[in-house]
Amino acid sequence: MWEALKRLYHRMGSPKWFYEISAAWLPWFAIPAALCLIVGTVWGLAFAPADYQQGNSFRIIYIHVPAAILAQGAYAMMAIAGGIFLIWRMKMAAWVAAAIAPIGASFCFLALITGAIWGKPTWGTWWVWDARLTSMLLLLFLYFGVMALQKAMDTEDNSAKAGAILSLVGLVNIPIIKYSVEWWNTLHQPATLKLTEESTMAMEMLIPLLIMIVGFYLLFATLIFMRTRNHVLWHERKKNWVKKLIQAQAEK
Amino acid sequence: MFFDSFAEFLAMGKHGFYVWLCYGITALVIIANILAPIRQRKKLIEQQARLLRREKKNASEA
Amino acid sequence: MSLVIATIKRDLIIAARNPGEWLNPLMFFLMVLALFPLAVDPDPKFLAKIAAGVVWVAALLATLLSLDALFKADVEDGTLEQWLASGESLYAMALGKVFVHWCISGLPLTLVAPLLALMMNLPDDAYGALFFSLLLGTPILSLLGAVGAALTAGVRSGGLLLSLVILPLYIPILIFGASAVYHAGIEMEYAGQLGFLASFLCISMTLTPFAVAGALKLNLSR
Repeated sequence: MWEALKRLYHRMGSPKWFYEISAAWLPWFAIPAALCLIVGTVWGLAFAPADYQQGNSFRIIYIHVPAAILAQGAYAMMAIAGGIFLIWRMKMAAWVAAAIAPIGASFCFLALITGAIWGKPTWGTWWVWDARLTSMLLLLFLYFGVMALQKAMDTEDNSAKAGAILSLVGLVNIPIIKYSVEWWNTLHQPATLKLTEESTMAMEMLIPLLIMIVGFYLLFATLIFMRTRNHVLWHERKKNWVKKLIQAQAEK
Repeated sequence: MFFDSFAEFLAMGKHGFYVWLCYGITALVIIANILAPIRQRKKLIEQQARLLRREKKNASEA
Repeated sequence: MSLVIATIKRDLIIAARNPGEWLNPLMFFLMVLALFPLAVDPDPKFLAKIAAGVVWVAALLATLLSLDALFKADVEDGTLEQWLASGESLYAMALGKVFVHWCISGLPLTLVAPLLALMMNLPDDAYGALFFSLLLGTPILSLLGAVGAALTAGVRSGGLLLSLVILPLYIPILIFGASAVYHAGIEMEYAGQLGFLASFLCISMTLTPFAVAGALKLNLSR
């Protein structure tokens, strides 16, 4: 079992192997992603009951929570991929990290903006400095820092290394940031305003949420595959297998 | 169905603007995230194909 | 004249290709805004009182940061010397550079600030004043900033020196800009403040290019 995993890990380091196998894997992620997202959306919008206190605006949860979970998970994955690149010099890891950044940042932005829009009917303003939203805003700053730093470097190797270092430092910082923001929040708001009361959610509300979370994860994986494949094509463009592939594609 | 009519579904009990704004923005973000790598791939392949053709031409003329 | 237009076009295209040039100041603007509720008090009533000033200070700092690069690239690769040698009007060149700088810093700030002011709970009446005070004020910031950037171009760690030089000059604009927004928020007259900004804009648009040209010649003769 371990031997198989180790072999898989080493194979992943080969761009050509990754490119060929990801072509086969892609539909197995893309189609379930689409299904989960569609089923989850329809169920959450049309069939789940409305919240007792918040009414129908609570349906925004089906986007806000999955986006927030993914924004945080993606950052961790990006940092770990960066770490793998730094320690083992695996090029594929650097490309995966670079692919994750814009997707994670999009989901972070989505979580923020849906949180803000949700806040308007719930709390009466478009923005509230509560612990959750503020932490999500700081996460967006972290994402932006990594992306801006990578763009500013002149060589691709430096860009990957700098991004890896920064995202690792950020990863260690995230628990510290979350803790301090929550502590700051207790100083100013004695009653924590929660957008969701997750523990008291009924099954009919919870299941579409779980489906959406799974769907978002599958979508994330699909997007990572697509972007990493582009990185492979670009970085390996001088290799013969890529040249053959390009000529075959161009003739279509 | 939780809603009694399509009109009620759209109205979302006076929260319709917020709910649909959220789902609309999400759709845009997801679509943009899907289209971006597709366009990037096409551009990459075209660019490299052109480069390869030029290299072949130079090699055959040399 | 055609050289000026060509330079403006080239700089705008470069900025379009490097989104970081105009995105980074915007993100900095957002981050500075976020610092205040985190450091002091996120209570919406408190934020409403300080929003006008904080948004203006953040816009000012974001502009300051983007000024360092205004002439740096052209000094380093010799483009500036070519201008001097070309005999074209440095006055027009300076105006062109300032225009591009405003397009990539002041203009995005002006457009985005009302959105971000939402997060600072700016009073509803103040949004118009915010937009117009920034619309009038940010070009002045770019013009005065260009003087500072020209004076410190080619100086090592000129960025900090630039800030020290420019900040005193920025203070009147900050006072009148923030005051306009604040008074609009408490439903008082603010046309006078906007009028001052408008007249200062006219004066600086006419006079600062002379100072910029002189400062650039100075730095190149070293």
